[in-house]
Amino acid sequence: MIANVSIYEILTVSTLLFFIGLYGFLTRKNLITLLMSIELLLNASVINFVVINKYMFPDFLQGVYFSIFIIAVAASETALAISIIINLYRLKVSVNVDKTETMKY
Amino acid sequence: MRHEIILLVLILILLVFEIFTKTEQKKSLIYLALGLFAIHTITGFFQTTDGQLFGGSFRTNPLIHFFKNVLNVGVLIILLQSTDWLRDKVAHLNKIPEFFILLFSSLIGMYFMISSGDFLMFYIGLELSTLPLVALVAYNSADIKGTEAAVKLIMTAALASAISLFGMTMLYATGGSLFFNMISYQLQVSPLAIMGLVFFFSGVAFKISLAPFHFWTADVYEGAPIGITSYLSVISKGAAIFILTTILFKVLPVLSDYWKYIVWGVAVLTMFIGNLFALRQQNMKRFLAFSSIAQAGFILMGVINGDAFGATSIIYFVMIYIFSNLGAFGVVQAISSATGKENMDDYVGLYRTNPKLSLVMLMALFSLAGIPPVAGFFGKFFLYTAAAEKGYYLLVFLAVVNVTISLYYYLLPVRAMFLRKSDDAIPYFKSNWPMRLGLLLAVAGIFVIGLYSPIYNYIVELSKLL
Repeated sequence: MIANVSIYEILTVSTLLFFIGLYGFLTRKNLITLLMSIELLLNASVINFVVINKYMFPDFLQGVYFSIFIIAVAASETALAISIIINLYRLKVSVNVDKTETMKY
Repeated sequence: MRHEIILLVLILILLVFEIFTKTEQKKSLIYLALGLFAIHTITGFFQTTDGQLFGGSFRTNPLIHFFKNVLNVGVLIILLQSTDWLRDKVAHLNKIPEFFILLFSSLIGMYFMISSGDFLMFYIGLELSTLPLVALVAYNSADIKGTEAAVKLIMTAALASAISLFGMTMLYATGGSLFFNMISYQLQVSPLAIMGLVFFFSGVAFKISLAPFHFWTADVYEGAPIGITSYLSVISKGAAIFILTTILFKVLPVLSDYWKYIVWGVAVLTMFIGNLFALRQQNMKRFLAFSSIAQAGFILMGVINGDAFGATSIIYFVMIYIFSNLGAFGVVQAISSATGKENMDDYVGLYRTNPKLSLVMLMALFSLAGIPPVAGFFGKFFLYTAAAEKGYYLLVFLAVVNVTISLYYYLLPVRAMFLRKSDDAIPYFKSNWPMRLGLLLAVAGIFVIGLYSPIYNYIVELSKLL
């Protein structure tokens, strides 16, 4: 617990983080930026888990260890995505969503 | 736990063989993997004990065990159908063992997902089942379409899991625990819990490709290799539907008034969007992608029931759906790996040159459309009953309207194959035995599940355990 900081303030920050990430994901065109937005989304959940665990259910560490798993999975996800984006760059010489898209309705 | 351990051992065996096999002999690993997986499928049918591990994170019961067997049979058929493609088309890439290792890793993820007893195991299972699939979609790294499909898949999958994670944090805050049992005890109806439900549902809806979240489906299905496409559309979707049903019925029954609204709306939207977009597709893979979106909408009619009968109808339909879709995808794959053609126009006059393949396609499409002699009819019938039992007559009516639309486009390939004549039809070709066996199993499944009622009674018994 942090002195003089209630759970509401931290949850506000994490919710803002989540929606900033969602906004970034929906508006940006660069694939690397999309990955950064996904990191924001995942980190919002990490903050939420830790804070809820610490402030509301301090007896068990469920939220904390969940957040460790989220970080690990996010790292592997990013590694895979980056490798595929590099492959796409080799084929198309671009990482822009508009220029790489060939399949559409 | 036996399924997981045997499959893990199988992956290790393949890894060891991968190291010690010469490059020219890598093709023999196809048959090794096929044989080992067939053994795994057969041993899966023996009974296991119930129980749980890791303090309740991992649980198993006869229903979960049965569903894992269904997934196994589906994967076996996919492997049988993929051998020709692996041996003739992509052998020069020199990554045959990777195909099996990644596919089996993804299957282990599915096992953990459907056996999960808390949200942590569910999340890990979901990611373990998705990430290898992304690598498989980009299997042919020189193919632009495949790479683009992989980018789309990983972006949407990551977004979906992030959204459902945010929902899980809210359910954790209101339920006080991550374990499904504890949450179903302690969860009260509150705005935060409903918000958590909405976020969680939309995350899983990406996975099942329900309507507002279906945009990735057609592109990924078109770009991926056909074996992976059929894996995505049947195994991945089936497992996600199973775990969604479990969570909605067992963990969040308190919120059932709310999720029934969501499911109602999403079901109608999914059916209409899937069917109407399928009308204008020419590529067979895109066509089957939209058909599978529409089928997911039908499955939601069983979810809205909320009882054991709903679970029965869902599992029964998912079984039928697996076999019918694998029949259809098998024919597409056979034609694609023999001639490279994937468009509906190429199928014109197929019956004159390849009557057996056309008959398999006919049975599969009839089963997907729900025409009586084959199993799809019975599956759809029970789904309608499940929705009508709880008084959702308008939903059933809209579903019947949708079946009428779907009949039109399911019969388009049939018309092309049987009624239209063409001089440059695909010439006669003979597939190898694994492909023929795969198609035979799929067709046998379509008939046996529909006509042999003890299977249905067995599922009824098992569904009480959900």
